[in-house]
Amino acid sequence: MSLINIKIEGIPYQVEEGLTILEAAKACGYEIPSLCAFNHGECNRGSCRVCLVEATGARGLVASCVYPVNEGMEITISSPKAVAARRASVELLLSNHSMQCQQCEKNEKCELLHVARLTGARENMFTGAKTPVTYDELAPSLVRDTSKCILCGRCIARCQNAHGKGILGFENRGFNTIVAPAQNRSFAKSPCIMCGQCTSVCPTGALMEKSEIAKVDEAMRQGKYVVVQTAPAVRAALGEEFGMKIGTPVTGKMVAALKRLGFKKVFDTNYGADLTIMEEAAELINRIKNGGVLPMITSCSPGWVNYAEYYYGDLLDNLSSCKSPHEMFGAILKSYYAEKNNIDPKDMFVVSIMPCTAKKYEKDRPQLVTNGLKDVDAVLTTRELGKLIKRSGINFAKLPDEDFDNDLVGDYTGAGVIFGVTGGVMEAALRTAYFWLTNTEYEKINFEQVRGFEGIKEASLDINGMTVNIAVAHGMKNAKVLLDDIRAGKSKYHFIEIMGCPGGCIAGGGQPYVKPCFLPNEDDNILDTYKEKRAAALYSEDERQVIRQSHNNPQIQQLYKDYLTEPNSHKAHELLHTTYAAKERFAK
Amino acid sequence: MAHLSEAAVAKINGICDRYVDEKTPLMMILSDIQKEYGYIPLEVQELVSEKTGISVAEIYGVVTFYSFFSLQPKGKYVIGCCLGTACYVKGAQQVIDKFSEILGIKPGETTEDGMFTLDALRCIGACGIAPAVTINGKVYPKLTVSAVPGIIEEYRNGGNNL
Repeated sequence: MSLINIKIEGIPYQVEEGLTILEAAKACGYEIPSLCAFNHGECNRGSCRVCLVEATGARGLVASCVYPVNEGMEITISSPKAVAARRASVELLLSNHSMQCQQCEKNEKCELLHVARLTGARENMFTGAKTPVTYDELAPSLVRDTSKCILCGRCIARCQNAHGKGILGFENRGFNTIVAPAQNRSFAKSPCIMCGQCTSVCPTGALMEKSEIAKVDEAMRQGKYVVVQTAPAVRAALGEEFGMKIGTPVTGKMVAALKRLGFKKVFDTNYGADLTIMEEAAELINRIKNGGVLPMITSCSPGWVNYAEYYYGDLLDNLSSCKSPHEMFGAILKSYYAEKNNIDPKDMFVVSIMPCTAKKYEKDRPQLVTNGLKDVDAVLTTRELGKLIKRSGINFAKLPDEDFDNDLVGDYTGAGVIFGVTGGVMEAALRTAYFWLTNTEYEKINFEQVRGFEGIKEASLDINGMTVNIAVAHGMKNAKVLLDDIRAGKSKYHFIEIMGCPGGCIAGGGQPYVKPCFLPNEDDNILDTYKEKRAAALYSEDERQVIRQSHNNPQIQQLYKDYLTEPNSHKAHELLHTTYAAKERFAK
Repeated sequence: MAHLSEAAVAKINGICDRYVDEKTPLMMILSDIQKEYGYIPLEVQELVSEKTGISVAEIYGVVTFYSFFSLQPKGKYVIGCCLGTACYVKGAQQVIDKFSEILGIKPGETTEDGMFTLDALRCIGACGIAPAVTINGKVYPKLTVSAVPGIIEEYRNGGNNL
C-alpha cells in the first residue's frame, strides 16, 4: 500500500492511499462526527451528510465517509462552514424525527443523539411536515418505528448479509421514503427470520427488540413461581451493558444479579444444552445407522428454523426434531422438576435470558406447547436483562460471584457452554457421539476443526471405522450454499450445524450493541474482534469445567434414569422434540 | 405464487431469461412486465426475485420509486396530466382537478369500472403546447378545463373516433 501526503487542519500527514477522508482522519487522530457509515463500508451510502468536511479539489463540502483522500489534499474539519454544515445535517435529520428521547429504549445507545450532542444541534430549527409514520409491533420479536429512522440503510445491508437475500429495503420516493419489508408489511407477514441483526446495527430506536419486561413484571406481581434460565452467550456479553470490556465473562455476577431480582430459581440453559446433545447425538446415530434422512441439521437456532420454513420447506425432514435447549429445559421444568418439587406447573413462569430476538418468536410457536402449557413463557434479550438490573438499583460491578441453582436440574458441562458460538453445537454433539460410537472419550476433547469464524467449516472424521462428514455454517448466506447442495442431491455431509446469526449466538441480535462511538476504551477495530473476544470467554469457561461432555452430566444421567429412560424414548419425544411446517413468505 | 397462472409464470420467466447476461437486469425486466401486463403485483415480484436472486424488498423499492411502474392494474384509458412547470403555470392543476372531479378518483387511482386511470406526470417535454394531457399516448395540446367533460364523454362512448 503506497502512502500519500495530505494535510488536516494545515498539519501534514502521510496516510494510506485509498482510504476515505473519515478513515484517514481517524488514522491521524481525528474523530470526524459521523453517523450512517458503519463497519468498514458494510454500510456506506453517505446518506446522512453528518460527516461533511472541506477538502481541496472538491466542489463544496464532501461526505468524508465516502470521499477518498488523494495526494496533496488539504482537509478542514473545524472551519465555521464545515461545523455549521454538520450541525445543519443533524438538525435536518431531527426535523423528521419523533423526538421522544426520554421514553426511547435506545436512549443511552442512540447514535443520532450522540452526533446531535457532538455537533451542537439546536432544537426545532426546521419545522414542517413529517414523513407518514409506520409503527409495526405485530411481530413477537421486533418493533419497527419509522418515525425514528434516518434512512441510513445499515439494516438493509446487514439483513442482506445475515439473511442472504434480505427482507428490508427502501420503498417509495423522496419525502415518503421509508425502510420496510416489501409492501411496508409487518415483520410478522414477511419472510423475516426474526434474527434481529437489524436491531444490532440500527443507529437509532427505529428497529428494536420487542420488550417483554412487562410480562415478567406481571408474572412476579401475580406471585407466580418465576424461574429464569440464561443462555451461554449471555454471560460472555452482559458485562458490556455495564461498561466492562468486551469478552469479560460475568457468569457469577449475572447469577448474583438474577437472584436479587426476585427469581425463585436461577438456572443455566446449558443444562438444556446438555440434554439437547443427548437427544440430538442419539438422533444422528440413529439416522446414520438406520438410513434416516441425512444430512441431519441442528435446530437450536430459531432464526435458522424460520429461514428453513420460509425458504426450504422441502428440506424440513433434514432438521433435527430436537427442541432448542431453553425449550427443552422449559419442558423439563414444567414436568419433571415441577412433579418432584410439588409445584403446579400452571403456576410456573419460565423466563429465558437469550442473546437472541428470534427466541421471543420461538417461545410462541404452537409446536412448543407441552400438556397445554408453553415450555417457555417470556424471553428477554441480554440487553433487556441489562435494563432490568439497572432499574433495580443493583451495582453490577460490585456484585459477588454466585453459583447457579442446582437442585435436581441445573448442572452443566463444558459442552453446553460452547453452544453459544458457531461450531459449538457440532463440537458438543461430536464429543458425545464419539463416545457412544467408540465407548471411549475423544482424547483431545476439543474438535478444533469446527472452531473459528470462517463462513463454512467442514471436516471429515473417522470414528471407529465410520466416516462422518460434517459442516458448520453461520448466517443464512453461508447456510444457503450447503442447503442448495442438499436440495440438488449433492451434499456429502452427515451432520450440519447451522446458526442464524453470523458468528453464532455470541453475536446474536439480542446482544449488547457494539458501537465504536460508545466504546472509547476498546480497540479501533473492535467490530473485527468482538466475536473472537466473546467466543474466547465461552471456550475458557468450557476449559474450566471438570466435566466437558454432555453424557457425563450426572443430573442428565439421573433424569434419564428417573424419568425419560433413554434418549429418543417415547417420553423424551413427548417432551423434547418438535415439528416444523413450511410457511408462505408473503401470507395474505 | 399460487395466484399466478402457469402461462403467466412461463411468460415472466421468459422475460427474466431475456436479460440473464445483463449485470443489472432489474429495470429491463420490470419495464417489460409493466408493458406486458400494465402492472407488477407482489406475486410477480416474488417470481422475479426467485429468478434473479434480487430481494423482493429491493424490487418493491424500485417499483415504488419509479412512477412508470404500477402496483395496481391500470384502466383501459390512462390519462396523463402534465404538471411540469410550464403546464402548471398554464393551469394544469385546474385541468387535473376537473378530471379528478368528474371521474371521482385522485391522481394515481383507477375508476372502479376499470375505464380510466388518472396520472399526474412531471414534465413530458411538451412545454410549447402547455397544458398538455396524454390519453393512451394521444396528446391533447393546450387543454382547457371546459374541454375536459367532452373528452371523458367521448371515451366513455367507446372512444372510436379518437
